[in-house]
Amino acid sequence: MGKFKLFWKNNGIGYLFLTPWLIGILTLTAIPMGASLYFSFTSYDMFNAPTWVGLDNYLSLFSDAKWLQSVKVTLIYVLLGVPFQLAFALFIAVILNKGIGGLRVYRAVYYVPSLFGGSVAIAILWRQIFGGNGLVNNILGKFGFEGINWISTPDTALYTLIILMIWQFGASMVIFLAGLKQVPVELYESAKIDGAGSLKQFFQITLPLITPVVFFNLVMGIIGAFQAFTPAYIVSGGTGGPLNSTLFYTLYLYQKGFTQFAMGYASAMAWILLIVIAFATAIVFATSKKWVYYQG
Amino acid sequence: METSSKEMVKTNSRSKQKREIKKLAIHSFVIALGIVMLYPLIWMVSSSFKQPAEIFNSVSFFPSDWTLENYTQGWAGVSGYTFGLFFGNTLLIVVLAIIGNVIACSMAAYAFAKLDFKFKPIFFTLMLMTLMLPFHVTVIPQYIMFNYLDWINTYYPLILPKFFAVEGFFVFLMVQFIRGIPNELVQAAEIDGCGRIKTYWYLILPLSVPALVTTMIFTFIWTWNDFFGQLLYISDLKLYTVALGLRMFLDSAGESAWGPMFAMSTLSLIPLFGVFIFFQKYLIEGITTGGLKG
Repeated sequence: MGKFKLFWKNNGIGYLFLTPWLIGILTLTAIPMGASLYFSFTSYDMFNAPTWVGLDNYLSLFSDAKWLQSVKVTLIYVLLGVPFQLAFALFIAVILNKGIGGLRVYRAVYYVPSLFGGSVAIAILWRQIFGGNGLVNNILGKFGFEGINWISTPDTALYTLIILMIWQFGASMVIFLAGLKQVPVELYESAKIDGAGSLKQFFQITLPLITPVVFFNLVMGIIGAFQAFTPAYIVSGGTGGPLNSTLFYTLYLYQKGFTQFAMGYASAMAWILLIVIAFATAIVFATSKKWVYYQG
Repeated sequence: METSSKEMVKTNSRSKQKREIKKLAIHSFVIALGIVMLYPLIWMVSSSFKQPAEIFNSVSFFPSDWTLENYTQGWAGVSGYTFGLFFGNTLLIVVLAIIGNVIACSMAAYAFAKLDFKFKPIFFTLMLMTLMLPFHVTVIPQYIMFNYLDWINTYYPLILPKFFAVEGFFVFLMVQFIRGIPNELVQAAEIDGCGRIKTYWYLILPLSVPALVTTMIFTFIWTWNDFFGQLLYISDLKLYTVALGLRMFLDSAGESAWGPMFAMSTLSLIPLFGVFIFFQKYLIEGITTGGLKG
């Protein structure tokens, strides 16, 4: 048998089943990644051939005030939104896990915002709720406070989006709940006999044992938050305003790449995003050795 | 709440009563927070039945003067294209995306989980890496490629990638599931004369129904909610999806038409809610699989 025939005999079926995925990873991931890396060193508008500019795109990013602003906005969004969302998710999961019953119903109620959260419909709702004549100001009015237009005030616009993100804590809560179920009940019983209170039990038993779940939720939360797009686009009408206060990184990338057709510049932005996400995840991974406990 | 063992032994009605009160307090808190969480949603739904003026000055759940006007006005859509068309378009994309994901991801997962072939570990690592890859890195060349193929303003860019298992999440989910199918079963099928293809079709697929359902549900939700992809590739009004229709509506009608916008927003969430109600179990399993077994 020829070398190829032998290879096919041993591996053919595997590759047959892998074919769609292989075509996908090659044509829709690997080649585009290479192309994107190449474009990031060029000036390219899709209509004329790309011209090599070396590191120009990357260097000009750092003197682009709008880019710096988008980095700042995104970092605030990630650094505030992710921890608050996780803290909420864990807090509610611990409470629901107290064996009070009705778990299925409560879990469903808290999960619903996560289910709808990414949709245009909810972004539209948010735009009304925090608008000048919106629901929030209406409620404040009932208590005698005068509201501001939260969405068109640069100091507050971003925080309405952070609230939207925290509101969607249900998905990570579901994962926390599943993690909490795996903590052995005997541990709590012996802690009770030792006279450990709820708080002590939480910090000495619950939290250490579910650190792997915290870790997972943290990584997924960071990756997701860096890539948020729809809420900022809809709430700001695609501008990232007022005064670029909601100019998410992905929104600026979209503007550069697909409304200004600065494909090279946008590609450089995409690679920086990849590096930042990889770096952020790597930091979480690196520190995880200190705080994530895996049961032997 | 501290209860020492001595008190536990006595177990009298007082400590039981205490526990009941504590339980009640927790229930009240959880319900109250749940209402706060759902309040915006319920308010939106109720506002979709309110007269325009009432939307702006009522925080109540119940419309004082019920109307379906918002729905008829909203359904009429934009520039002569109704939301009926947008819903139909979205459904078409969703159904084809589901078919693509189920076929391609289950094939790849079967190969990764039960078949042996050269370089498998490398490919498997690659697949895991795609889980973390932000799609922004590939989207620009993909856009250029689809533009070159003249596929802008068609559904191909939104559907075809699913037939090539680009979403590693589903491949991973199914690998985890198929690995759980006992090898003895697979071998028994082979002894009975099933080839690998027949084994996949008559054994693996039927046994993987829970994982397939999870894939279908998540594909449904993600495709239904997708905005970036649709915004990027679709500009022709008659090809508009619900998400694009809503966006367009917001831009053209502006803030003056909250009633119709809420009406269409509500309608756009109903399919998601329906899927959630009927398939909650699979949805929860899907979310936790990634988090715990990974």
